[in-house]
Amino acid sequence: MTGPQWNWSFAWESLPALLAGFFQATLVVTVLGTAIAAVLGLVVAIVRYVAPAPVTAVVTFVMNFIRMTPLIVQLLFAYYLFLQVPPLTIGIVVFGIHYATYMAEVYRAGIEGVPAGQWEAATALSLPKRRTWFAVVIPQALRQTIPSLGNYAIAMFKDTPFLLTIGVVEMVQAGLVFGGNHFSYLEPITLCGVIFLLASYPTSLLIRRLEKRLAFAS
Amino acid sequence: MGSDFAALGAALPRILEGMLITLELTVGGALLAMAIAIGLGLLAGSKNIVARGFARAVIEFFRGTSLVVQLFWLFFVLPLFGVEMPAMLVGILALGLNYGAYGAEVVRGSLNAVPAGQWEATVALSLSPMGRLWRVIFPQAWALMIPSLTNLLILMLKGTAIVSTITMVDLTVEINKLRVDTDTFFAYGVGLILYFAMAYALTLIMNALEVRAKHRLGRGESLGEALRFRTPTRDPERETAA
Repeated sequence: MTGPQWNWSFAWESLPALLAGFFQATLVVTVLGTAIAAVLGLVVAIVRYVAPAPVTAVVTFVMNFIRMTPLIVQLLFAYYLFLQVPPLTIGIVVFGIHYATYMAEVYRAGIEGVPAGQWEAATALSLPKRRTWFAVVIPQALRQTIPSLGNYAIAMFKDTPFLLTIGVVEMVQAGLVFGGNHFSYLEPITLCGVIFLLASYPTSLLIRRLEKRLAFAS
Repeated sequence: MGSDFAALGAALPRILEGMLITLELTVGGALLAMAIAIGLGLLAGSKNIVARGFARAVIEFFRGTSLVVQLFWLFFVLPLFGVEMPAMLVGILALGLNYGAYGAEVVRGSLNAVPAGQWEATVALSLSPMGRLWRVIFPQAWALMIPSLTNLLILMLKGTAIVSTITMVDLTVEINKLRVDTDTFFAYGVGLILYFAMAYALTLIMNALEVRAKHRLGRGESLGEALRFRTPTRDPERETAA
């Protein structure tokens, strides 16, 4: 195999563009998208528990529909529907909603994991509904769910290059632009992969440790 | 609205072609991913530290570096080294490698979840190492891993939409074209419903595989029984009790 040599100085030159994309879009969407998904997912999970059956059925169908259709098509859909909204905002909201459907399932498992005795105790103490949820059930459910939520945050992080389909210059798009301007994709695209690995692998190791610690404590 | 449907009718042959590309990528990627997942999953569960280390490194590499980066690397960088592949092959390779790495974890976990007594029994019966795996352990692990593999398959179907960035004309591209003749809401509504239908069909197929795998282990009804038409039955005892 003959090919271009890896050029360290060119790789070094491309780094500022990649990091700009990383901090201005990749990280912003991951952090804000995760925040939206975490809150919306919890709301959906609780609604599915307390709402009347027809509402629950509709919510469940909508969630399955969102979960079983491509994020990229949803991004394009929202992008063309709200042309006056900045693409970055579209990305944050669509990522948040898409991942909320996954996180809702995690919360549901967490809520189901709260022992029945806790519900019974809350009834026996005649706690109001609101306090049963917010002071008894959710704090215990959250403990079980934090590692899984972290894993979805990492998954979202690795999905952020999808944003280039709606013209957001995140890290990979920044790499493509830089590579196109300088006639070599080798260094910028490889660096993108390295940065993804450097950010996601240690985080997933941390989450695995957290998982063990929380499992031990409970 | 009527003109929307007329435009949809005119575009239908192209849309079906796009769906075919999407399905080819999904099926091709799934077959490659399954082969990689079984290979890496077995290595990652082996006692040999070199084999295990190799498998872990490959799995973490492909899980850690984002599908899109892998796709672009194969499409934009590899040709610089003189390796030029058709876009379809690039897509199948990227999907297969990425989801194969995720699948390897599923395979490894399911093999681990088969009760230790089953392993011991195969040794006690002095089955050959291959016989142990393929006749006793794997059929049980297979029934365990199908639900997770279904999730990965749906993720892969959704992931195929990124191939539009490497010049492939898949369903997403055709929907983008349809948008020009209809309005955004209509075109993408159609697109999302078609993706949903494909995902739903794949889920049903995987559920059927799960029923069959469990039946072969002596658990649950056979596929034929599960799919037969049932007349609604009545339970007179319950009716009188109520």
